[in-house]
Amino acid sequence: MGKLENKNALITGAARGIGYAIAQRLAQEGANVVIFDLCPEEAGDEAAKAIAEQCGVMALFRRVDVSNYEAVQIAVKALSKELGGIDILVNNAGITRDKVLLAMSEQDWDLVLDINLKSMFNTIKACYRGFMKKKAGRVINISSVSGLMGNAAQANYSASKGGVVALTKTVARELATRGVTCNAVAPGAIETPMTASMDQDALKALIATVPMGHMGKAEDIAACVAFLASDDAKYITGEVIRVDGGIAM
Amino acid sequence: MDIAAKVIAVLADHTGRDASELSLDTTFESLGIDSLETVEMVMELEEELDTELELDQKVATIGELVKFIESKLD
Ligand SMILES: NC(=O)c1ccc[n+]([C@@H]2O[C@H](COP(=O)([O-])OP(=O)(O)OC[C@H]3O[C@@H](n4cnc5c(N)ncnc54)[C@H](O)[C@@H]3O)[C@@H](O)[C@H]2O)c1
Repeated sequence: MGKLENKNALITGAARGIGYAIAQRLAQEGANVVIFDLCPEEAGDEAAKAIAEQCGVMALFRRVDVSNYEAVQIAVKALSKELGGIDILVNNAGITRDKVLLAMSEQDWDLVLDINLKSMFNTIKACYRGFMKKKAGRVINISSVSGLMGNAAQANYSASKGGVVALTKTVARELATRGVTCNAVAPGAIETPMTASMDQDALKALIATVPMGHMGKAEDIAACVAFLASDDAKYITGEVIRVDGGIAM
Repeated sequence: MDIAAKVIAVLADHTGRDASELSLDTTFESLGIDSLETVEMVMELEEELDTELELDQKVATIGELVKFIESKLD
């Protein structure tokens, strides 16, 4: 029996990349999974179908822009009714719009903060009451080493990911006596469509800073999330776990 | 339905006080009840009243909570 049998997990930005690997891993542990993503319907349905077939669990896709407060409240409410509540919330959706601050537009700033940070307020708020009612719940937020160390040309992204850490610790404190844990995972350089679309020289320079000398895989992040979602991590809250080959130690 | 009496009964039960000690002016702070506990009490009331109230604002006194619930039931 998997560690997450009969749990319902909601993973944002899970149609591809790290989020997909997380959804897949949680499903392998027996959880039913719901994917929130902004990708086209067909791609999302396909991702959900692949997971359902591989793992024999229920997997659903909902096309939701996680930065849209109202849309998230409505979608989570409908899901909670349909599934009988959410047990595990993984906030993974995120984007980059890299530029040195001088060249960064106000739109670049707002968009990244909305999708990377405000989205987590939206989803956590939507799940909060349900967690309190069940007196149980797991929130796992995907931050980044950029949020811990800062990173040139990522003022917006680093600020959003640093904000994720502070949000994580605050939610952990608020809900600590209610059986709900909230933790963050801070990936380093991971092979995904996001990093594939990066400036390749910048990527090389980044890899040169990794003590282990190579990039990580989406599955490395997924394994850490699966641990935090499991009973093995029941006494861990407000923690940030780096999965980064040593970049930010 | 007398919402005030219901709320006071739940609160009395929750805090181990006598209902006569509680009035609409009593603050949650004076009862040592934080805002999350207020939400939890509203959840209990939701079950008793068989309705969804979804407390999403800060209420300081029992009277304010009663007013909120009444507005939701209208
Ligand atoms: N790849 C890395 O090296 C790396 C490093 C550190 C942190 N991270 C973080 O990990 C997370 C996943 O990154 P990834 O590399 O898999 O990225 P990705 O671009 O491959 O995937 C992100 C997914 O999020 C979805 N998404 C974007 N905006 C959305 C919105 N508004 N609403 C719903 N879904 C939306 C996209 O459609 C996509 O499916 C991000 O939060 C990212 O910041 C990644």
